[in-house]
Amino acid sequence: MISENSILRFARGTRLQHDRVRDVWFIQAPERAFHADPIAVEVLQLIDGTRNVGGILDLLCQKFAAPRDIIAQDVLTLLRDLATKQVLQAI
Amino acid sequence: MSAPPPPMSLLAELTHRCPLQCPYCSNPLQLEPRPQELDTEDWKRVLSEAAEMGVLQVHFSGGEPMARPDLPELVAHAAKAGLYSNLITSGMLLNAKNLQELADAGLDHIQLSFQDAEAESADHIAHMTGAHAKKLEAAQLIKTEGLPLTLNFVIHRQNCERVPAMLALAEQLGARRVEIAHTQYYGWGLLNRNALLPSRAQVEETEKVVAEARVRLSGRMSIDFVTPDYYADRPKPCMGGWGQRFLNVSPAGKVLPCHAAESIPGVQMPSVAEESLANIWENAPLFRLFRGTDWMPEPCQSCAFKEDDWGGCRCQALALAGDATATDPVCHRAPGHDLITQAITERPETPPPFHYRRYGNAKV
Repeated sequence: MISENSILRFARGTRLQHDRVRDVWFIQAPERAFHADPIAVEVLQLIDGTRNVGGILDLLCQKFAAPRDIIAQDVLTLLRDLATKQVLQAI
Repeated sequence: MSAPPPPMSLLAELTHRCPLQCPYCSNPLQLEPRPQELDTEDWKRVLSEAAEMGVLQVHFSGGEPMARPDLPELVAHAAKAGLYSNLITSGMLLNAKNLQELADAGLDHIQLSFQDAEAESADHIAHMTGAHAKKLEAAQLIKTEGLPLTLNFVIHRQNCERVPAMLALAEQLGARRVEIAHTQYYGWGLLNRNALLPSRAQVEETEKVVAEARVRLSGRMSIDFVTPDYYADRPKPCMGGWGQRFLNVSPAGKVLPCHAAESIPGVQMPSVAEESLANIWENAPLFRLFRGTDWMPEPCQSCAFKEDDWGGCRCQALALAGDATATDPVCHRAPGHDLITQAITERPETPPPFHYRRYGNAKV
């Protein structure tokens, strides 16, 4: 289960990609492309295989001046969903 | 009609040549011979144009795409253009060296086909001794290299009882995804329908097994299940709608809305040799023919589901009802629906021998 201590990376064969033609972001994955909404993009751009989830939350709190517990809940839900879809994996 | 949205994916059928002879092959009955194949520079142009139009993923397919020595060069070109690249292969020509070349070129994913979970039946379906063993080796090489792997099983009456063994094999080989795809009955599949079409009980069993496995394997291995539309009440949204999401380029450069579209009579097949991909997508008569809903006859036109299934499959309407504009016979409201019930009723108890897919073998 992904927690604030988890360090995540994109699984091989998945990546976040900006689509110039449609001006939206997609998560490219084996034989599918998931549309990534602007919030997901903010989160996923901070995944670098080094920073843990807690560190990502700190940065998001600063950037959006929002309460940490609310952000934490949404971000963990998103990250767990993407781990179930095998887009992200814990190191 | 306003300009269509840009396509999402490109199926690049690099060649129709293949060492295997699977009787449900999605290639057309008239296979394009080697001298007609596009050259490397043509394919590079197609890939660049596709990326510029908004295509996100390119699926290198065939035939056996690894029969083209320029495959690593094309993969590298796709990667440079920002395309996600997928190799759809039989694995028959794969070895450690060419796998490394493909990985170094930036290949993102491999889909490896299997014909069954056990060698004897698999080799019979592919019509080649030793094919299954070779595929197992290919899967091991891919696993060792680390590229994400999807196993693809086309299922039918002669192998679908082994879906549990297929799922176990995919797990054992470390696949991230597995496709359990009921045969679609066009071209070679239609020619072999009596040898392939399962019973309703067989279909229901596969659905049950897959539903259970999805729960068990959640987060570890995802399962794509393609249902056989002969046992459905409503047609499938073939290709996500004609000319809406998907482009297919044949070995000779014909640009099609689906693999079987060459069967549609009375309309010219556009070619990358003559026009740009974008112009074909937006303007070619073939692409405009069944795009949207204006073309639909009744009962489709007044149907509440017309923008869910986009009228089902045009090639199936042509192949079964003899008219590409007819309601897909799979639909329970179609005037031609008894063609489907009849095919199911007349299915022989014992499957006839396979009519194998190979050059010059199209005639019955």
